[in-house]
Amino acid sequence: MSSRLFVALCLVPLAVFALAFLALPIVRLILASGEGDAGWAIYWQILQTPRYLTTLIQTVVVSIAVTLAALAVSTTAGLFLTRNRFRGRAVLLSILTLPLAFPGVVVGFMIILLGGRQGLFNALLPGHVVFAYSIFGLFLGYLYFSIPRVLLTVMAAAEKIDPSLEEAARTLGAPPHRVVIDVLIPALAPALIAAGAIAFATAMGAFGTAFTLATNIDVLPMVIYTEFTLSANIAMAAALSVLLGIVTWAMLFLARTFSGTTVAAGG
Amino acid sequence: MKNPGRFLQLSVTLLAAAFLLVPTIQSVLAGLTVNYFQGLRSGLTLNWIFVVWDLYSSSIFLSLGIALACLVVTLIIGVPAAYAMARNPGRLTRALEEFISLPLAIPGLALALALLQLYGTYKGFRLSWTFILVGHVLYTLPFMVRSVLSVLAAIDLKTLEEGAASLGAGPARRFIDIVVPNALPGILAGALTVVTLSIGEFNLTWMLHTPYLKTLPVGLADSYASMRLEIASAYTLIFFVMIVPLLLAMQWASARAQRITQ
Amino acid sequence: MTLTLRNIAKTFPGGARALMPTDLDISEGEIVSLLGPSGCGKTTLLRIIAGLETADPGAQIRFKGEDMGALPVERRKVGMVFQSYALFPNMSVRSNIGYGLKMQSLPRDQIDARVDEVIALCRLEPYAGRAITALSGGQRQRVALARAFAPRPRLLLLDEPLSALDAALRGALRDELAALLRQFGITAIFVTHDQDEAMAIADRVAVMSQGRVAQIGTPEALYRAPENAFVARFVGNALPLGGLIEDGRLHLPGGVLTLAGHSNGKAAFVRAEDVKIVADGPLAATVETVTFLGTHYRIGLRGATHETLFCLHQGVSAPKPGETVRLAIAPQSILTLDPEKAAA
Repeated sequence: MSSRLFVALCLVPLAVFALAFLALPIVRLILASGEGDAGWAIYWQILQTPRYLTTLIQTVVVSIAVTLAALAVSTTAGLFLTRNRFRGRAVLLSILTLPLAFPGVVVGFMIILLGGRQGLFNALLPGHVVFAYSIFGLFLGYLYFSIPRVLLTVMAAAEKIDPSLEEAARTLGAPPHRVVIDVLIPALAPALIAAGAIAFATAMGAFGTAFTLATNIDVLPMVIYTEFTLSANIAMAAALSVLLGIVTWAMLFLARTFSGTTVAAGG
Repeated sequence: MKNPGRFLQLSVTLLAAAFLLVPTIQSVLAGLTVNYFQGLRSGLTLNWIFVVWDLYSSSIFLSLGIALACLVVTLIIGVPAAYAMARNPGRLTRALEEFISLPLAIPGLALALALLQLYGTYKGFRLSWTFILVGHVLYTLPFMVRSVLSVLAAIDLKTLEEGAASLGAGPARRFIDIVVPNALPGILAGALTVVTLSIGEFNLTWMLHTPYLKTLPVGLADSYASMRLEIASAYTLIFFVMIVPLLLAMQWASARAQRITQ
Repeated sequence: MTLTLRNIAKTFPGGARALMPTDLDISEGEIVSLLGPSGCGKTTLLRIIAGLETADPGAQIRFKGEDMGALPVERRKVGMVFQSYALFPNMSVRSNIGYGLKMQSLPRDQIDARVDEVIALCRLEPYAGRAITALSGGQRQRVALARAFAPRPRLLLLDEPLSALDAALRGALRDELAALLRQFGITAIFVTHDQDEAMAIADRVAVMSQGRVAQIGTPEALYRAPENAFVARFVGNALPLGGLIEDGRLHLPGGVLTLAGHSNGKAAFVRAEDVKIVADGPLAATVETVTFLGTHYRIGLRGATHETLFCLHQGVSAPKPGETVRLAIAPQSILTLDPEKAAA
């Protein structure tokens, strides 16, 4: 057989799979969102219904907060780890990046261990310190899986910074904090934007963590879940999913154009 | 020579590491302690692990089975596809890569909903483990494809194949003798990634599972909701024991494949 | 003495001795080159002077009597031009050049005035408004120089300033760099592995090998009176003659040469341009290779010494491979030096 035919055949399994299980279902989902009583106006309805609007806003606020916190923590840690070599560095790095593959449920459990009724903080501190089931607990849970993601992106970029840029700034008299402001942050800016977008998208779409923490706080994925399973409101669940999907996809697309690499959403 | 700036950086790093590490240690200890409320004073035991095994061994085996099946499927679909894409770099290939990466960008929940919408009525398929497998393959396939593609793109595939062709090898022979062996670092990294992610996949699986088909993470959610802390911790401990070596192997294999692409 | 260096040594963690205890004195306004092959310690020495590396304990770095060793790099007021130029990509040409002045917290108008002054000096006016990424290699080099010079440093250090440029550009920019440094009137130290560069720009050259200064002197002194075999070979490519020295004569396979002094026990070297083909010379040899290099021929000869001897021959034509010729070397042109302890 000819070479071109062989190469074309190589794509067939993928094409079949992607069509049957990715393309068609997505189309079906989009169509399903328009099959409710309101038809395609359902998207407009989402913005008008207080419950959905508050959920949307809450999810965005938590996601932004987590993004900023993760950027602050992981950039500091990432810069420190890139520019210092010491015994135990590899161990520290492993500790900080292994949670990348923990599913959201496990992360939720981790927060319960820290802040639940039988949690560490409640045992160590006086009084009743239970934060796992509050919005703070949710925030911490999201932070837990965001730190490794942001850290990896930041470190990959930090390693590529030319060390002589820093040295040049120092020979020109720049004290350490000026070196960070004038040289390091500008050099890391694309990576920071990319990492921020990834953290935001992941937090927006996180389900497992919120599920385990079973908070009274409604985040969008939980609302989608309840609409589908409890209210059997297929059209609404579908519409919300489509919206969420578009937002997270757009953020990750943005991230990729800024950094050239991709870390998966999850959580 | 620790100036305040360095000290602050170190503190933040250590604090973050502690935040991530402490609950995992708690979990490991809780799973091995007779009574978590009383703490280590109550003694260590493997009892909880046995209890977990009684309750959830089927979930563990299901997850392992699905992970291996997922590996086989992603190899069959992904490796040839990556080859075809490496041979034809261009806008269409990038669009295709973008498309199959959608399951990474869209929340698993939304994807599961889409699958349920389309195939929920086919009871046979819906109730089979293959339904869950489909979800897992959707999520892990992009990793396999990207891993193999980046290695193939870094070596001069075209020249290698031309050399083999000039010596009389047809396309299928070249695939077996030239492409696959040279793509092995990428295949290995991709394989480890697929298995690791499949074992831990929850968001999709939760929507797709049935009471008879509970995977390990689904069992975990179950135990967090309804079991006592020691059991939940013991189950989490088993999960850690399975996943951490895989994660380390995955990081090693990926770093190795990365060095080729540099 | 403007810059006094005493007992500067560097041992890296792991035991590698990059620099043996070295002393160096540099006068005001002098341009000194540290010349040597890679690994000889020249860059380490430069970075220690800059403050980017710390020397082993016991080192002293004094600038006009003031102890600089205790100062961190950001307070040493030493200007440095890096091999890769290290221009800040997020700043314009003007901002780059003005950065050191900004760190000195000078008022805005003073910074602008000085930046204009330096831009004019380095002839960068046409490029002043450009982004760093829009500059060519030669232009970047001048911006790097301007940036290091603008804050009026005490000392200017240059790390292989021309090596990032392609060969064609290097020659022209070498002369320009020399002219600029003299115009600045500043004390400068630059590191290079290129002997032509060192000889063309520097007042004095310190030839370094394996962590030590092999010889320091003016380019002429190094060329005409090398003190050891390494310097003879590294600066001016002296060729070993081999043979046996006895009673003021050098006995070679191809004949006997008269020496200028007694030099028993030493090794003999000669430069290719001092080997002359004359009809009645004392050495016999066979022509092996003839290479035409435009201004002269480079002729490889066998039989005169144990190895191939090279001769630079000026003339319209050259002998053919296979011909026998006779060679002469003037006694003053034969360099007699201590034999090298190990192959360097």
